[in-house]
Amino acid sequence: MSFVTEIARWAIPFILFFVPLYGYLHKVPVYETFVEGAENGFKTAVRIIPFLIGMLVSIKVFTESGALELIINFLRPAFMALGFDPSLLNIVPLALMRPLSGSGALGVATQLITQYGPDSFIGRLASTLQGSTDTTFFVLAVYFGSVGIKKYRYALKVGLLADAVGLIASIWIVTKVFG
Amino acid sequence: MVNLIWLIMLLCGILVAAANGTIDQVTESALNAAELGIEVAIQLMGVMALWLGIMHIAEKAGLIQSLSKFCAPAVRRLFPSLKADSPAFGPIIMNLCANILGLGNAATPFGLKAMQELQKENTEPDTASPAMITFLALNTSCITIIPATIIAVRMKAGSANPVEIIGTTIFATGCAMTAAIIADSFFRRRKKR
Repeated sequence: MSFVTEIARWAIPFILFFVPLYGYLHKVPVYETFVEGAENGFKTAVRIIPFLIGMLVSIKVFTESGALELIINFLRPAFMALGFDPSLLNIVPLALMRPLSGSGALGVATQLITQYGPDSFIGRLASTLQGSTDTTFFVLAVYFGSVGIKKYRYALKVGLLADAVGLIASIWIVTKVFG
Repeated sequence: MVNLIWLIMLLCGILVAAANGTIDQVTESALNAAELGIEVAIQLMGVMALWLGIMHIAEKAGLIQSLSKFCAPAVRRLFPSLKADSPAFGPIIMNLCANILGLGNAATPFGLKAMQELQKENTEPDTASPAMITFLALNTSCITIIPATIIAVRMKAGSANPVEIIGTTIFATGCAMTAAIIADSFFRRRKKR
C-alpha cells in the first residue's frame, strides 16, 4: 500500500508541473487559460451551496435529534446476527445517501469525518465511500432529463447494483488495510 | 424521490426531538448545518478552481484530445452499438477522465454533452439506448484515482494523512466499475433475446 501512497504524494505535484509546461510549449496563454477555467470551478462550487445546505440541514436535524439512533438500534440485532462489527452501523446514513445525492453524500461524509475524526475507522470508510463522485439518481435524473428520455429500462438496476458492490468492497478493503 | 427522502428525514428528526424533549436541538442543528454548508463550499471553491483551471490548460493544449485518442480502443469495446467514428466518444472519454481524476462537478458538462450526442444516434427518442445505459453505468461507478474533494475535506478536518484513502478508493471504485460493466452487458444481452 505504501507504493500507492507514494504515487498519491507525487501525482498532484506532477500534474501541476506537467500540464502548465505542456500548455506553454504548445503556445497556450497558460495564466489566462487557468483563470478562465478556475472561474468555472468557482462558479460550480457556488452553485452547489444551496444543495449542500439543504441536505446538511435535513441530515443534521435527522441525526442529532436521535432519529437515526432509533433506526440504527432497530437494525443492530440484525447486524449482530449476521456477524458484522456494530461500529459499521455509523456508516448507514452515508450508504443510504450516496446513490441519492452527491452533494448530500458529501454532506454526510463531511459530518462523519468531523464527528469521528478523519483518521478513525469510520472517517476512513466514509472517505473511501465518498471517493466515487457521481451518484446514480442524480445522474439518471439530470442526464436523461436533459435529452428527454422517459423510459430508463434497466439503467437504475445496473447503477444501484454497482453502488452495492462499491459499498461492500469499501468496507472490506478499509477493514483489511486499516484494521 | 430525493424530495421525499429529504422531507421524511427533516420531519422524523423534528418529531423524534419533540418526543425526546430536545426540541432546542433542532434549532441548533439547523443553524449549524447551514454554517457547515458554507464552510464546506468555501473549501471546495479553492480546490475546484485549481483543478478546473489546470484542466482548462490541458484542454486548450490538446492534452485531453490526445488522452481521448489513447483511451479510444478500450472505450470503443464497451460501446458495441456505436460507430467507431461516433462524435459521442470525445465527450464520453472526457467525462470518464474527469471522473477518474475525482472532479465530479467538472464531469457533468461533458456528461451532458455526451448524452446529447448519444441521443442523436438513438432510434427511440423517449427510451434509453443501450449505449446510454452503458455510459450511465460507467458514470455512476467510475474508478477514481484522485478523490480531490474528499481529500480537501480530510485536510480541513485535520487528518494526519489526508491522502491515505487513495488506495482503498481505487480498489472500491474498481470493484464497483467491474460490477457495472458485467451487469450492463448481462442485461443488454438478456433484453436482446
